[in-house]
Amino acid sequence: MVNPGSEACIVGIGQTEFSRESGRSEQQLCAEAILAACADAGLSPKDIDGALTFDLDNSDEVDLMRNLGTPEMKYSMRTPQGGAGSVTTLVHAKKAVESGLCDVMVIWRAMNERSQYRFGQPHTMVNPKGMSSTFMEWCMPYGAQTPAAWEALSATPYLERYGVTSEDLGRISVLFRQNAATNPAAWFYGKPITLEDHQKSRWIVPPHLKLLDCCQESDGGVAIIVTRRDRARDLRQVPARLLGAEYAFLFNHEIISDFYEGDLAELANSVRVKERLTAAAGISPAQTNVAMIYDNFTPQVLRQLEAFGFCGPGEGKHYVADGHMNLDGKTPLSPNGGLIGEAYIHGMNNITEGVRQLRGTAANQVKAVETVFMCSGVAGAIIGR
Amino acid sequence: MTRVSSANPHRPDPVLTVDTAFFWAAADEGRFVAQQCGGCATLWHPPRPVCPKCLSLEKHAHDLSGRGVVMSWIMPVHPPAHGFDTPPIVALVEVEEGLRFVTSIEGIDPRAMKNGLAVEVAFARTKGGHQVPIFVPVEDE
Repeated sequence: MVNPGSEACIVGIGQTEFSRESGRSEQQLCAEAILAACADAGLSPKDIDGALTFDLDNSDEVDLMRNLGTPEMKYSMRTPQGGAGSVTTLVHAKKAVESGLCDVMVIWRAMNERSQYRFGQPHTMVNPKGMSSTFMEWCMPYGAQTPAAWEALSATPYLERYGVTSEDLGRISVLFRQNAATNPAAWFYGKPITLEDHQKSRWIVPPHLKLLDCCQESDGGVAIIVTRRDRARDLRQVPARLLGAEYAFLFNHEIISDFYEGDLAELANSVRVKERLTAAAGISPAQTNVAMIYDNFTPQVLRQLEAFGFCGPGEGKHYVADGHMNLDGKTPLSPNGGLIGEAYIHGMNNITEGVRQLRGTAANQVKAVETVFMCSGVAGAIIGR
Repeated sequence: MTRVSSANPHRPDPVLTVDTAFFWAAADEGRFVAQQCGGCATLWHPPRPVCPKCLSLEKHAHDLSGRGVVMSWIMPVHPPAHGFDTPPIVALVEVEEGLRFVTSIEGIDPRAMKNGLAVEVAFARTKGGHQVPIFVPVEDE
C-alpha cells in the first residue's frame, strides 16, 4: 500500500486527429500527442523524466528528447504484446512513479498504421528473432496470416459452444458505431450502422468474422502523463487516480495466437487479471461506471466481458442485447466508439477516453462517473476520482 | 502410402529455425512428429529448446499417430491469404496425443466443415519444394 501522496494519477492526456493518412511522420505524431498531453496537464516537456511506449512503436526516448527539449530521463522502457499490452503501460507507469523510478512519466503510441503499413494485411515476411520458434512459423504455411485470422481461430470454440450468432456480434459493432457517430473525434463520426449493414458487410474470415466485426486501421498518436498525487495537486486537471493496474500472463499461452493451452472458450489470463485487480482496487470491474474494453474484433468484447466478471460464461451476448452496455445502461461500453468506431491507436485511445469520462469532459459523457474500468486482455486498470 | 497434395503450388514455405527445423525436416520425409523430452518423455508443440516440465535440454523427434479432431476452423477470404489461389481452410487440430497444431484441412467442401470432425494427417507441397503436414477427413471404413 503506497501512502496517499505517492499514489499514481493520470494528469494529462493528448491526441492528434485520427485519420487514414496523417501526412506527417510517426515521430511528429508522437511529439504532437505528447505536447497536447503536457498542455492538458499544465506541464512542460522539460518536466518529463520517464518514457514508455510499445516495443512495436517506431519512435523512442531519443526522438522524444531531441524534439521536445526534455533535458534528462531517469527511466525509459517498452511494453511487449501489441494492443494486448496497451493497458499494461499503466501497470508500469503506476509502479514507476510510485516507487520513485521517475516523477513524470509519459506514455505514447503513435503510428501511421493505415498510410505507411497495414496491420490487417497478410504478414508475408517472417524474420524470427534469434532464429527461435515464433507463432508466425506455425500459421504462415497454412494461410493464417492476419490478425483477423488468428483471432477467429482462437474465438471459434467460444462462439460455437455458446451459440453466438453473427447478429449477436453485429449488435456489438452497432453499439460502437452508434457511440462513434456522436463523437466528433471519431473516424466514424456521423456514420452509425444498422444490424443490417453489419450483416451485409463482406466476409473477412468465415464462418464468424465480417468486415464490421473488425476494428479500423488508423493513423494517429495518443499520449498519457502519469505522476504522483502530491505533484498532481498543483496541476491543471482533476487527477485520475490509478486505483489498480494489473497484468497477468500464464504458462503456455500466446497473445493473439493463443491456441495451445486450456479451454479456448475462456480467457485464463483475463480471469487472473480480474482477481488481482479487484483485490488491488477494492472494487471489481463490474462495479465501475464505464467499461473501456479492447475491441480489436467483436468476439474479444464478449470473451472479456465474461472473463472480467460482468456476466457469466456464455451470457455476454444477452448482456449486450439487454442494453447493459448502452450509454444509458448499467456499465456503458466505450462511449468514444472504441477501436471499431473511434480509431485504432493500438488501444491507447480507449485509455484517454476513460480519463475524459472520469473528468466529465467526454463527447458522450456518462452521468456521475466515479470509476472507470479499462482492459486489454492481459491487463486491466481501474481509475477513480 | 502418405498423400501429398499439390493443390496450392504457391503455398508459403515453412520458416526454418534452429529449434524447430527437425519438425519440418521430418515433414519433408513424410513423417508427422512432435518434440519429445529426453528427460521426462513429455511431448511438446510448438517445439522449444527446454522442457518446461523437467527443464531437460535433451529432446528428440517422436512420431505421432496422425489422427486427430478439429477444435476450431476458419476460412480467411479477405484479404486473400498470401500463396493461396483459393481461400484455405485453416484449422486447429488436437491430435490423439493431446497436442494442438495449426494446419490446413483439404479434401472437404467448406460447407461440410465442422468442429469435432475426425481427421488424419497428409502432406502438402510448398512453393519451394518442402512439404508441410496438413489434415484430411478420416475415410469411412
